[in-house]
Amino acid sequence: MMYSIDMAEPKPDPQALLPLPAATFHILMALTEEDRHGYAIIQDAFARTGGTLKLSAGTLYRSIQRMLEQGLIIETEERPDPELDDERRRYYRITKFGRQVGQAEAQRLSQLVKWARESGFAPGRA
Amino acid sequence: MAFYRFLLLLYPASFRAQYSEELCSLFALRLRNASNPVATLLTWVDALIDILLTAVQTHADILRQDLLYTWRTLRKSPGFAITGIIVAALGVGATTAAYTITDHALLRPLPFPESDRLVKLWEDMTPGNYRTLEVSAPNYQDWKQMSKSFSGMAAFRPLSVAMVGSGVPQQIEGASVASDLLPMLGAQPLFGRIFTAADDRPGASGTVLLSYSLWQRQFAGGANILGRRLLLDGQPYVVIGVMGRSFVYPRPDAQLWTTLRFTNDDFTERNNTWLRVVAKLRPGVSIEQARAEMRLISERLKREYPKDNEHVGVTINSLRDEISNNSRLLLYALLGASFCVLLIACTNLANLLLARGLQRRKEVALRKALGAGRERLVRQMLTESLVLAFCGGWLGVLIAFAAIPLLSRLIPTALPVAEIPAIDGRVILFALSITTLTGLGFGVIPSIRAASTSNVEGLREGGREGIGGKKERLRSGLVVAEIALSLVLLVSSGLLVRALWQLQQVNPGFRADNVLTLRTALQMPKYESTARRVQLYTRILPEIRALPGVASAGYTSFLPIVAQGGLWPVSIPGQEQNTDIALHQASLRFITPGYFETMRVPLLRGRAVTDSDTDKTQWVAVVSESFAREYFPGRDPLGRQFDFGFATRTIIGVVGDVCVRGVERTSEPQVYLSYKQVPDKFITWYAPKDLVVRSSLPSERLLPALRRIIAAADPEQPVSDVQTLSHIVEQDTASRKTQVFVLSGFTFLAILLTGIGIHGLLSFTVSMRTQEIGVRVALGAKSQNIVAMILRESLLLGIAGAFVGSALAYAAGRSLASLLAGVQPGDLNTYAAGLAVALCTTLAGSLWPTWRALRVDPMTAMRVE
Repeated sequence: MMYSIDMAEPKPDPQALLPLPAATFHILMALTEEDRHGYAIIQDAFARTGGTLKLSAGTLYRSIQRMLEQGLIIETEERPDPELDDERRRYYRITKFGRQVGQAEAQRLSQLVKWARESGFAPGRA
Repeated sequence: MAFYRFLLLLYPASFRAQYSEELCSLFALRLRNASNPVATLLTWVDALIDILLTAVQTHADILRQDLLYTWRTLRKSPGFAITGIIVAALGVGATTAAYTITDHALLRPLPFPESDRLVKLWEDMTPGNYRTLEVSAPNYQDWKQMSKSFSGMAAFRPLSVAMVGSGVPQQIEGASVASDLLPMLGAQPLFGRIFTAADDRPGASGTVLLSYSLWQRQFAGGANILGRRLLLDGQPYVVIGVMGRSFVYPRPDAQLWTTLRFTNDDFTERNNTWLRVVAKLRPGVSIEQARAEMRLISERLKREYPKDNEHVGVTINSLRDEISNNSRLLLYALLGASFCVLLIACTNLANLLLARGLQRRKEVALRKALGAGRERLVRQMLTESLVLAFCGGWLGVLIAFAAIPLLSRLIPTALPVAEIPAIDGRVILFALSITTLTGLGFGVIPSIRAASTSNVEGLREGGREGIGGKKERLRSGLVVAEIALSLVLLVSSGLLVRALWQLQQVNPGFRADNVLTLRTALQMPKYESTARRVQLYTRILPEIRALPGVASAGYTSFLPIVAQGGLWPVSIPGQEQNTDIALHQASLRFITPGYFETMRVPLLRGRAVTDSDTDKTQWVAVVSESFAREYFPGRDPLGRQFDFGFATRTIIGVVGDVCVRGVERTSEPQVYLSYKQVPDKFITWYAPKDLVVRSSLPSERLLPALRRIIAAADPEQPVSDVQTLSHIVEQDTASRKTQVFVLSGFTFLAILLTGIGIHGLLSFTVSMRTQEIGVRVALGAKSQNIVAMILRESLLLGIAGAFVGSALAYAAGRSLASLLAGVQPGDLNTYAAGLAVALCTTLAGSLWPTWRALRVDPMTAMRVE
């Protein structure tokens, strides 16, 4: 993992990370309610999309690595009950910045859908 | 599962360290969920594709990150970045340029299809020390008919003709080729056609092929060139085609090709050697097999023609290897020198990065404390050195391309390759590999070292790790290596400079100043009769001698140095001599009166050739001192007779020896004959055609007058090869001058880089020892002590480098021995000069750091602590 040592560097603007890769957005959505480990994120995305999105393990962890570097998520030390826990698992939590970026992406998408409707590409009110 | 873990190795180590356990447990879960063998198989395929795709992406993520980080850090230290880029550029530039030339001349296949099967055949007369003599027409014919090893064999001879038909008569170089030569070389015309057997037949009308450049230059690239009539040496020829721009044969200066037509007479003289022979090995036949076959054939010809062929064997060389050993050695020396420069550059860069690593140890320690793995840090720092190398490499390639026209003068002209090498994918690939190797070479050790910094030491304020310790020894070792390598280059180029001086001191046997030379290549058969030629000379020479400012003028068959051969057997009537013809040869020149006077060849005994030595009087000869010594040792040569040039000649004079073969090679004894004492149509190749004029006038004023006189004597007579005799003498050592110049250039680069290296090391040491120096000054150390401290360090480096370098330089000098013209590889003066320069470089590199050390203010220095 690489950290910049330049501590004075300001956090980037949420807009700067847009548009988000689909996998990143799904991971953010999976983490909005609770901390989750990798497999739980995959399952959440699968359920949320009605089985259409099957995140691969490689894509998941590559995205997680980048999201950690971008400060969208953090790895949390808090573990669930030891009976439910597998100690090899790592749990991730969305950051405040992660929420801002997720919201910005959602806004971008809804604006896009609005324009699509206006142009007649998508059904619904113009 | 083991296989899955193995596949995970495709990911960067830092990624594996973080996620491999989770990836494995996820994959295990998916395998458990697979209900049947098909589902299991699909899970594996899925995982394989996933790993392949995301591994590449993860590497790309890291690379992007590292590049960004590198860009930011290099921008913060532009001095470091610029020095690094320039040093890398010089190393890569020197190596790429040298490689381009060496590759062009020695390594890459010749520009003909299946060129590895092309060979050249020569007559081998080992008893006379001639391994590559031209071939006689009868031997060529027999070789061609008897041999089975070759799919084709074709002869050619160089050609120099006067061309009339496009403005002023011009002398053009080219070749007469057998009609099967061009197809064997796979040559295709740009347009028109190449020769067929019908063009080769005696009595067929003359046909000529033009080179692309001649067509462009003389005929403005006009499309109506086919069918155009030209006069070559007064004979009509029709243009049948233009060769492609890249076709070069037999030499880069060949401009036109005609057919080689044999007459029946040609096949009667087995000792008249004049043909060059090229052949193509049959597929699957090795050059050794061909040699074995040709040995048998030459044995058979020896038995059949014992008189002429007794000593004639066959030499077969690959066409690629038709280059002298010295040329090859020189090119390898050049490549070696460039690698020395590259090594010095790499060493320099490594040192620069090591020093930088020390300066950055806090940053590294902090990053490690924040969780960056060692592999990740090494990778990041390697990216930095590769970025420097690639920026430098790019600049270096530009430098190399700019230098290639100069360096291409080192390409031997005997090779059928273009004069200036093309810059193509092969060269670019080389530059790319060299750049990558450079980046890795100078980056690996510093990055591993820097990444090994322990957290605690790195974070400690005022820590001076690396000073006086193992790291300083490593850096000093690198500087010692630089000094040693530059000493190798200093001594090697010094030895070559001495060799050049030595050769320039050699007396060529004539005075070259104030002599203008030119060639009036006589057109045959117009000037086949001796009387016709005498008529021409007697019109031209008196008029030239009458010009104001002209001291003397004369004609000779060939100028010394320009033409080096022309050897004929010598025999002394009634004198027992070794039967080896080749051991008794002398160079033959027909001359007019005025030749010795113009050349200032000293007449030692008797008299020179005069106009009264005609075919009606006694046939006379003037011989060189070495000739008299060899054939009439201890006796008066004057009045003695010998058989030479198919007649008995009487010696009337002895002149000084002339370096016919140039100052570097041993020349055979010389014999000069009267221009009038030769039968008609006999060895017309030797008819005097090179004019020499001694005059106080500058060439540009003399030449128009000479042209006017020659044109008045024969308006169709071309004038070519106008040059001063001094220029000819200079040209004799010109390739040496280029060698010395190029090698000195490399040496200069090496010295410069070494100086930068020493400077860098000492500056760094001084800045790291600022506190120590401050304390010393505060405790009363005088400036002399500080200066002595710094200089001691640099001198120790210099002496260590000189010690190692001297041994290496001696080895390098010995391998260059054949280029040294007698200068000893251990020449003391050269070593002394080399050592002096190396030590001066060491001292020069220490000046600025010493000055900085002297300016250390004890108060400021100690406050930092």
